[in-house]
Amino acid sequence: MLQRREVVAQINQARGQALMVTGLGSSSYDLHAAGDDDRNFYLWGAMGGAAMTGLGVAMAQPERQVIVLTGDGEMLMGIGGLATIGVQQPDNLCVIVLDNGHYGETGMQASHTQFGVDLPTIARASGLPVSLAVETEAELQQLCKIITTQAADKSGAIFASIKVAAESPERSLPIVDGVEIKNRFRRTLGLVPL
Amino acid sequence: MAEVVAPKNSPKNSWGADLFALLKQHDVSFLPFVPDAGHADLIALAHADNDMQPVVLTTEEEGVALACGHWLGGKKSVLLMQSSGVGNTINMLSMLANCRFPFVTLVTMRGEFGEFNSWQVPMGRATPEVLAAMGLSVHTVTQEDQLVKTIDAALYSAYASDQQVAVLLSQQLVGRKEW
Repeated sequence: MLQRREVVAQINQARGQALMVTGLGSSSYDLHAAGDDDRNFYLWGAMGGAAMTGLGVAMAQPERQVIVLTGDGEMLMGIGGLATIGVQQPDNLCVIVLDNGHYGETGMQASHTQFGVDLPTIARASGLPVSLAVETEAELQQLCKIITTQAADKSGAIFASIKVAAESPERSLPIVDGVEIKNRFRRTLGLVPL
Repeated sequence: MAEVVAPKNSPKNSWGADLFALLKQHDVSFLPFVPDAGHADLIALAHADNDMQPVVLTTEEEGVALACGHWLGGKKSVLLMQSSGVGNTINMLSMLANCRFPFVTLVTMRGEFGEFNSWQVPMGRATPEVLAAMGLSVHTVTQEDQLVKTIDAALYSAYASDQQVAVLLSQQLVGRKEW
């Protein structure tokens, strides 16, 4: 089974110039462990808001690629957001779910994905043109290629759910100060703090 | 899209165009919304304007996160919702306080002043307190001559000094839904 930290390290390598938004909990720690970057907007709360935050950035910056990295529980809480993305069809947005089938922050309770709820099918039915279920190293490499292609040709919104092992690697904590996370992200776009 | 006809009981207002012009003046680019009859004019005007993008949501908290994302990318948005939707947004509003995102929402009120449907009353009554509890400044507009100046002030505060402002459009202004 794929290991989340190795998966995120590969995605972080494939990101190129992409802006990234992470959902609260392990996804934020994973991306921070792969390498802190001012272009990372880490959520520490606002559960269910990662995909919509990413959609907002993607709409405001149509020339930039935006990658959302979140967990299955966080995606499920904002599942309607996939329908909203399906309506908007942002060709520069990629939503990646690290699906370990558990709520990792709260004691590893089972999530819906363990009971047959299939996120890629929901994304496909919501109208996202590319929707992938990733379980192997080869499929992960294929996803990384598709991310690179999207950056070059803005070929349509991507959804990918990557099955990862239910493990809790040591926490790698990004800064918590939301104002600083916001301002440093905006500075990378040449925007003044206010 | 199929042609649609608005139901006869939708209240009509005369200020939609003025308000839309104000939003354009403030360089608002996006109008995320969960529809309400009181916002119908703004939504229709946004659909007809190349520089204003309406974004239909499945639930109001999406609009809070979306507005934060728009600002991260350097664009302004205004969230349109009705008072019942405010309840859906509560935890997502924490993003505004934590990151001090500028934010403006226009909330059409139900259950507040002449209401047929009692199920609208509890959330209508709680709306100003809920928003204030989450750290937003709350202005209520009851008269048409206060509308544009109040929303102008809200947009100015939000985008000149990183404030979070809700403008409640009273049923006294929007009109009662007739049954």
